[in-house]
Amino acid sequence: MVKLLLDGIEDPSIRYLNGYRAHGGYQSIEKAITMSPLDIVEEVKKSGLRGRGGAGFSTGMKWSFLDRKSDKPRYLVCNADESEPGTFKDRYLMEKIPHRLIEGMIVSSYALGVRHAFIYVRGELIWVAKHLEHAVGEAYSAGYLGNHILGSNFSLDLTIHVGAGAYICGEESALLESLEGKRGYPRIKPPFPAVSGLYGCPTVINNVESIAAVPWIVTHGGDAYSKIGVDKSTGTKLISASGHINRPGVYEIELGLPVEEFIYSESYCGGIKNGRALKAVIAGGSSVPILPAELILKTASGQPRLMTYESLNDGGFTSGTMLGSGGFIVMDDTTCIVRNTWNLARFYHHESCGQCSPCREGTGWMEKILHRIEHGHGTQADIDLLVDVSKKIEGNTICALGDAAAWPVASAVRHFRHEFEFHVRHPDQVTAPNHVANAAAYKYEEITHAKNND
Amino acid sequence: MPKITIDSIEVEVVQGTTIMDAARQIDPHTAPPAMCYHSGLNGSGGKCRTCLVKVVQTSETNPRPMPKLVPACRTLVEDGMKVENNSSPEVISARKGIVELLLINHPLDCPVCDQAGECDLQNLTFQHGAETTRYTEDRRRYPTKSLGNLIQLHMNRCILCFRCVYAADQLTDGRDHGVLNRGDASEIGTYIEKSIDNDFSGNLIDVCPVGALTDKTFRFKSRVWFTKPVYAHRQCETCCGKGVLWLKGHEVLRITGRRNAVGEVTEFICNTCRFESKSLHHWEVEGPAPIDQRSVISQNHYTS
Amino acid sequence: MNPTFSESTLSNINRLLSRYPADKRKSALLPLLHMAQAEFGGYLSPETMDYVAQLLTLRPIEVYEVASFYTMFHKQPTGKYVLEVCRTGPCALNGAESIIDYITRKIGVTINEISSDGLFTVKEVECLASCGTAPMMQLGERYIENLTEQKIDDIIDRLKHGERLDIEPNPENSILFRSCQGQSNG
Ligand SMILES: Cc1cc2nc3c(=O)[nH]c(=O)nc-3n(C[C@H](O)[C@H](O)[C@H](O)COP(=O)(O)O)c2cc1C
Ligand code: SF4
Ligand code: FES
Ligand code: FES
Repeated sequence: MVKLLLDGIEDPSIRYLNGYRAHGGYQSIEKAITMSPLDIVEEVKKSGLRGRGGAGFSTGMKWSFLDRKSDKPRYLVCNADESEPGTFKDRYLMEKIPHRLIEGMIVSSYALGVRHAFIYVRGELIWVAKHLEHAVGEAYSAGYLGNHILGSNFSLDLTIHVGAGAYICGEESALLESLEGKRGYPRIKPPFPAVSGLYGCPTVINNVESIAAVPWIVTHGGDAYSKIGVDKSTGTKLISASGHINRPGVYEIELGLPVEEFIYSESYCGGIKNGRALKAVIAGGSSVPILPAELILKTASGQPRLMTYESLNDGGFTSGTMLGSGGFIVMDDTTCIVRNTWNLARFYHHESCGQCSPCREGTGWMEKILHRIEHGHGTQADIDLLVDVSKKIEGNTICALGDAAAWPVASAVRHFRHEFEFHVRHPDQVTAPNHVANAAAYKYEEITHAKNND
Repeated sequence: MPKITIDSIEVEVVQGTTIMDAARQIDPHTAPPAMCYHSGLNGSGGKCRTCLVKVVQTSETNPRPMPKLVPACRTLVEDGMKVENNSSPEVISARKGIVELLLINHPLDCPVCDQAGECDLQNLTFQHGAETTRYTEDRRRYPTKSLGNLIQLHMNRCILCFRCVYAADQLTDGRDHGVLNRGDASEIGTYIEKSIDNDFSGNLIDVCPVGALTDKTFRFKSRVWFTKPVYAHRQCETCCGKGVLWLKGHEVLRITGRRNAVGEVTEFICNTCRFESKSLHHWEVEGPAPIDQRSVISQNHYTS
Repeated sequence: MNPTFSESTLSNINRLLSRYPADKRKSALLPLLHMAQAEFGGYLSPETMDYVAQLLTLRPIEVYEVASFYTMFHKQPTGKYVLEVCRTGPCALNGAESIIDYITRKIGVTINEISSDGLFTVKEVECLASCGTAPMMQLGERYIENLTEQKIDDIIDRLKHGERLDIEPNPENSILFRSCQGQSNG
C-alpha cells in the first residue's frame, strides 16, 4: 500500500520536529530552494494533483492562475476548516503529523512567491491548532520558517488562525472574509481569489490534504506522483470512513481502489457492522448525492465502481455521485433514509450564511417539509414539493452551499422515493424516532413492497 | 465599446457596465428586477438573485454559454455577449422560484403596510409571483425593536437586501446597525437598543425596497396613493436639497429623495430636509413628480 | 464593572496582533473574542464586546455582527461545563439522538438550559470532524469520543466532584484558546 501523506503515522514522535525529520521530513525544502518557483508549479501540474477539499480542481492549474504581475503581496491560505459532515481526514493529518502540512505550506509558498501564509483551522479543533502552533514554533527555530530560510533569500511567515464555528467558512471566499475578521459571507465571484483574495491581494487557497501532498511531489517529481492512481485521478486520497462499518477511521488509499474492496476488505472498512446488509453510501461528504448499495458497488452499466473522481461520477447525478472531500458514510439496512436526509437538511439550514435568498429561505423550507414527512405528517404532494424547492435553490445561489443542500435531498428522493412514500402512507408506523431502524428487517421488506407496488 | 445583445436587442455600452445597467439602458421597464442592487450604493447586489439572467454567449471570442444563470447586477458585459432575460423560460421560472422563496416568510401584510403602493416586493410579486402559496408552516416573526423616533423597523418584512447596511456605511459618518445572527435567523438591528441618529440616516428608509424601514413621522398618516408627490428644492448646507414632497392639500405629509426610472434614490437628502422641513414654506415647489404610468400612485391621479 | 484583560492576556494579544499585517488588526477579531469569552465569564456580554471593539478600534456593531454569526461564541451565560454534543448525520447513525437524550435526562436539563446547580449546559452542535468515533461531544477544548451511557455517567460524576478528566497534555504557551472553565489547557 502506498502511503505518502500518512507515512510514519504509527510513530507518535512524528508529531514533533525530530521525529518528523527522522522520517525524512523537510527534505523537499532543501530541494525546492535549488529549483525555480515556476518549475515547482510545473511539477505540481505534471503530478495531476487535484484539490482534495471537494471540488477536485487541478492544483497546478489553480496555481498558474495566480496573478504574479500584481505588485501587491501574494498570500497562500490553507483551508483547514474541515466541517463537511463525514469528513475528518484533515484533522487526523494535522493532529498526528502537523509538520507535513507545514512543510507543504513552505514549499508551496516558495513556488507561489508568497511571504506570509495562513492556516485557517476551524475553531472547534482548537487543540489541533495548538499542535500546529507548536510545530510552527519548532519550524521557526530550525530555520524552516522566518527570514532567509536555510540560508536562501526566501523568507516566510506562517500564521495559525482559528475560526469560531461556521461550516460556511470552509467555502474559500467566506474563509477569507472570516480571516479578515468579518462575518463568513461568501464573496460574489468574479473576481476570483487568484486576482483579489485575502486583503484584496492575489491569493491561493488549498485544502490541507492538497498542500500536504506537495512535498512528496517536489521530492519525487510530478511524473512519479502521476503514476500512482488511475487516469485523471492521480495519487493517493485520504478517505474518512464512518457510519455502520466495523473499522471506521481515516484511510490513505491509492485512487482506483474498487469501492467494494474499500467497504469489505479488512484493510479498510472491514464490512458492515453486525453483519447487516449495505443499504446506501454517501461517498464524498454529506453534500454529494447518496447512492443505494447497487449503484455504489457498480455503475449503471455494470462496471465495478472505483474510488476515483471519474468512476464515482459515472452516470452523472442520475446514477452517480462525487468523490468530493472523501467523507465516506456507510448506512446499513436499518437506516431510515428520510430521517437521515432530514438530519442533513437541518444541518444545511443551520449553516446557511443567510446572504442570498434561495439558500436562506429554501434550506429552511426543505428542512420543514422533511421534518413533516419524517414525523408522519407529510403528504404525497410534499415529496414533489421537496424536489421542486431543491431545484429552486440549486444553481441559483452565490456559493455552492446551496447546491450542497439541494443534492442530498434530491438524490434521496431519486433513489429512495419508496421510503418517502412509506412515511406518507403509513404515518402511524413512523412516529417513534427509531422506526425502521429497530424493526429493520420487517419494515424494510414493507418498504420494498411499497416500492414494488408503484 | 462592447456591444451586448439582450433578448435580441443590441446595445453598446462603456467598458465595465453590468448586464443590469445595459438592460436598463435599453428599457428600464424590461430590465431584470432588482431587489438588492442599488446603483447608488457600492458593493450592493448579488444577494437577492431576482435578477438572474442566462448568458448564452459569453463574448465574441468565447462563444460558450455560462454554465449557470448569473446575477445581471454583478456580471460585467463583454463584447459580443448574448443574454436572455425575459425571453428565457429558464430565467422566468427561476425568477418565479425566487419570488416564492422571498415570500414564504414574508407577512403579506400589505393592507397595513405603509410601503404598499410603492413597494418593490409588491410589484415583483405582481409581475412574477404565483397566486397562492405552497408554504404551510408558520412564518418567521421577530420581536419589535426600536431604532429611535425617526425610522420604524418591521423586521418581519425585511428581505435582507443589505442596502441599508451599505447606505449607513457610505452615507453616514458611522454605522450603528447591521445584520445580526445567521441564516434565516438573520436580522437587521443594533444588538443593544440604540437609536439610529445621524444626518443622513433617513436615507435608509429610501433605499429599503420593502416596508421594513419606514418613516416614523409618516406612519399610518395616509396611503401613499392618496398623497400627491411634487418636486421641490431648498437651500441646504448639508445635502443637495432636492426632494419630493408628498402632499395632502397643502399639508406636507412626507418628504423623500427623488427616484430615477427604476425607483432608486440616487441623490440623497439630509434629515433636516426630510424630517424638519415639513411645511411648504421651507421649499420651492417645482411641479408634479413624474410617476410611472403603471403605479397605483398615478392611477389615482393625485386624489387630494 | 467594565471588563479589562489581565496583563498576561494583554501581552498575548500583542503577540497575536504581531501575526497579522500591521494594518489588518481586524483579522485578530475571532481569536480575540475567544480570549474574551474565556476571561470574562464564558460568554460575550455587550460590555465585553464593546471592550474588544475598543481594543481593535472597531465600531461596536462590527463586533456584534461577527460574534452573532459564529456558533462558538455564547451570547448568554452558560453552565460551568458546556457539553456540546454532535447531532449530525454520521453521529446520528451511531446513536447520537439517544445519547443526547440520555445526557439531558441525566443532568435534568433541556438543550441550551443551565442546570440548577449551575454546572452544566448541554448544546447540540453540528459535525465536529470526528465522525469515525461517533457518537461524540466536545467539552471545552477537548473531544470525548465513542460515547456510551457508562462513559457519560463517569464524566458527569467526575465533573460534579470537581475532578479533572484525564487529558492528553497540549503544547504549552499557546495563545490560541477558547473558553472552557475548569478544563482550560484541555
Ligand atoms: C459550503 C462549502 C464548504 C466547504 N468546506 C470546505 C472545507 O471544510 N475544507 C476545504 O478544504 N474545502 C472546503 N470547501 C471547498 C473550498 O471552497 C475550496 O474549493 C477548497 O478549499 C479549495 O482547495 P483545494 O483546491 O485544495 O480542494 C467548501 C466549499 C463549500 C461551498
Ligand atoms: S448559498 Fe447559502 S451559504 Fe452560500 S452565500 Fe448564499 S445564503 Fe450564504
Ligand atoms: S438585484 Fe441582482 S441579485 Fe439582487
Ligand atoms: S457527524 Fe458527529 S462528528 Fe461528524
